[in-house]
Amino acid sequence: MQSRPHFRGIGARVFQRLRLGVGSLLLHKLRSALAVLGILIGVTAVIWLVAMGEGVSYQAQQQIKELGATSIIVRSIKPPQEKTRNQDEFILTYGLLRDDYDRMLANVPAIRTAIPMREISREVHNRDHVVDAKLIGCTADYIVLNHLRMERGRALADYDLKRYDNVAVLAHAAAQLLFPIEDPIGRAVLIDRNLYVVIGVAAERGASAAIGGSLEARQYDSDVYIPLTTFRRRIGDTVFTERAGSWEAESVQLSQITATVDEIGEVDQTADVIRALLAKYHKTLDYSVVVPKELLQQAETMRAMFNVLLLLIAGVSLLVGGIGIMNIMLATVTERTREIGIRRALGATRRDIIQQFLWETIVLSGTGGVLGIGLGFLCRPTLAAVRSAIMAMFPHLTAALPPNIKNLEPRIAPWSIFVSLVISLAVGIVFGLYPARRAANMDPIEALRHE
Amino acid sequence: MNETVPPRELVARIVRLTKTYQLGNRVQVYALREISLDFARGDFVAIMGASGSGKSTLLNLLGCLDRPTSGQYILAGRDVAGLDDEAHSHIRGRYVGFIFQSYNLIPQLSVVENIEMPLSYQRQILPGDRDRCLRLAHLVGLAERVHHRPAELSGGQQQRVAIARALVNNPQLILADEPTGNLDSATGAEIMELLEALNGAGRTIVMVTHEPEIAARAHRTVHLRDGHIERIAEHRHGRVPPPLAGKGPHRAFN
Repeated sequence: MQSRPHFRGIGARVFQRLRLGVGSLLLHKLRSALAVLGILIGVTAVIWLVAMGEGVSYQAQQQIKELGATSIIVRSIKPPQEKTRNQDEFILTYGLLRDDYDRMLANVPAIRTAIPMREISREVHNRDHVVDAKLIGCTADYIVLNHLRMERGRALADYDLKRYDNVAVLAHAAAQLLFPIEDPIGRAVLIDRNLYVVIGVAAERGASAAIGGSLEARQYDSDVYIPLTTFRRRIGDTVFTERAGSWEAESVQLSQITATVDEIGEVDQTADVIRALLAKYHKTLDYSVVVPKELLQQAETMRAMFNVLLLLIAGVSLLVGGIGIMNIMLATVTERTREIGIRRALGATRRDIIQQFLWETIVLSGTGGVLGIGLGFLCRPTLAAVRSAIMAMFPHLTAALPPNIKNLEPRIAPWSIFVSLVISLAVGIVFGLYPARRAANMDPIEALRHE
Repeated sequence: MNETVPPRELVARIVRLTKTYQLGNRVQVYALREISLDFARGDFVAIMGASGSGKSTLLNLLGCLDRPTSGQYILAGRDVAGLDDEAHSHIRGRYVGFIFQSYNLIPQLSVVENIEMPLSYQRQILPGDRDRCLRLAHLVGLAERVHHRPAELSGGQQQRVAIARALVNNPQLILADEPTGNLDSATGAEIMELLEALNGAGRTIVMVTHEPEIAARAHRTVHLRDGHIERIAEHRHGRVPPPLAGKGPHRAFN
């Protein structure tokens, strides 16, 4: 006679109940598998949706963090034409002034550094190679601020600005287009009628996505950086552009000033001071003050709302799974009325019966939960495979997609695994309780008579 | 009431036990009317009567599956008539062993698991329990089939499993509801021999039957009619009244 191993304690009791539950569920394999499938899909939905939401918000947060939580960005904004366009004036003058920069540094003691920048679109030539570049006049700090690494050569330095040198740093892609073969370092590029010596090439840097309406997406591919002082001397403030057959002229002194403070706590106050300061000297609102910290907080709020929404959607599918479990357990209870009667006659209390059927639903939903989590971990490879398949099938449609969708990397949130496991077990208990109670409240005599 | 048998320890006693059912709004139906009976240790009582005479009700009350409307039911020294559902469940598990007409084994459990099942509602299953259940299976002649499912057994074999299951908790009272009702006469006779052997080993058995020759194998037969005792017939088997416990040929059943 063989005897099976026996276990002691609560673990043994749980093990016995689990074994009993699994045994009963295995009597109806297909039915149990379908019930598990309902929960599995729900749990997978929770993990996948949350992972995608996290992926999107992670991109936004990374970009905001790049901008710096302690920085305040002041940008020039072209005011609406009809308002400011003075018919007498041929040149439209707006935006931040060099005086604004000086005033900010002089009057706002909390500002540790302020980095001015001027940008325009310009063609950059190397013999017959042309690039529509974003020509950026900046200081040495600007390159540090934007986390640009140098691939070759050197970055702009303070003495370049001091000496009004005609030097340029090319972004990676611009350098590739202008100098497909040669080493650009030491060569000259032509911008308007001036030659600039290339002193460095920046390493490749991914574009940052736009954040809401406050900040545009920033591509670094076609940047050409020259000293701000050289910009002013060679190109000047006034820029002529041909539009609809006539010439337009805009005069802008600075495109952007990035101010940084020492403490995050000082950001809001300093931003208010800057706003007040600028309002004094600007008649129209031809500038905007963007606080990345606020954006970060907005993004956090958005993410929380997004997550709640996704959880609601996923919750609905878990609810459906729970209803499936309840349906199956009700059928099981009816089917096993006689078994319930036998167990009651042989000493099972109502609580024993409730526990027995609850264990079965917990086994069902727990299995669904664990399998769903396993499938949840496949989120990243699955999404990548689906995306590349769609891109291969519809290259034109997908080319138009914004980069933050194309490059979306789902990030599995550890809390979503925990939450979905807890929810799936809770679903099992909640939706198992009614069938279990129904089983327990049967009259044992009636149940024994049941055919 | 039991003057012919030397006074022995009482296992169960019912006093003026009444069970009524409410039919519709006003009509009260008596299933049992003020029945009083004593069950001594080692007793073997058959209950007979036409359908509707109250024999099933009596068995359900003795098994604590039902609660009487009035009267006393003293089992293992205390009145259990008015106890709640949970207490009744524990009494069923500890003091009563059931044998049903249709065996009532759990289909998804093996023979030995079926035998073991009542224990799991009493207490933690202990390492010795499995061996005890295997011994019981051996005693009812099913040693070879302990890991079979009930569906793989004949009716008589299933009833043997049910008997082993009724013994596993060492009950004060074994209640058998037409134990041979679903069996052919030869198999039924085997089951009756098994029950007699149990009784011979000191077990107290109350058995509902409608077959006089089955009832005749008990010590006495209680005839019920319309909810009250019509008469009690004593059967003389020429046998020595069974000893209290543990000294008979079947002491293994204890």
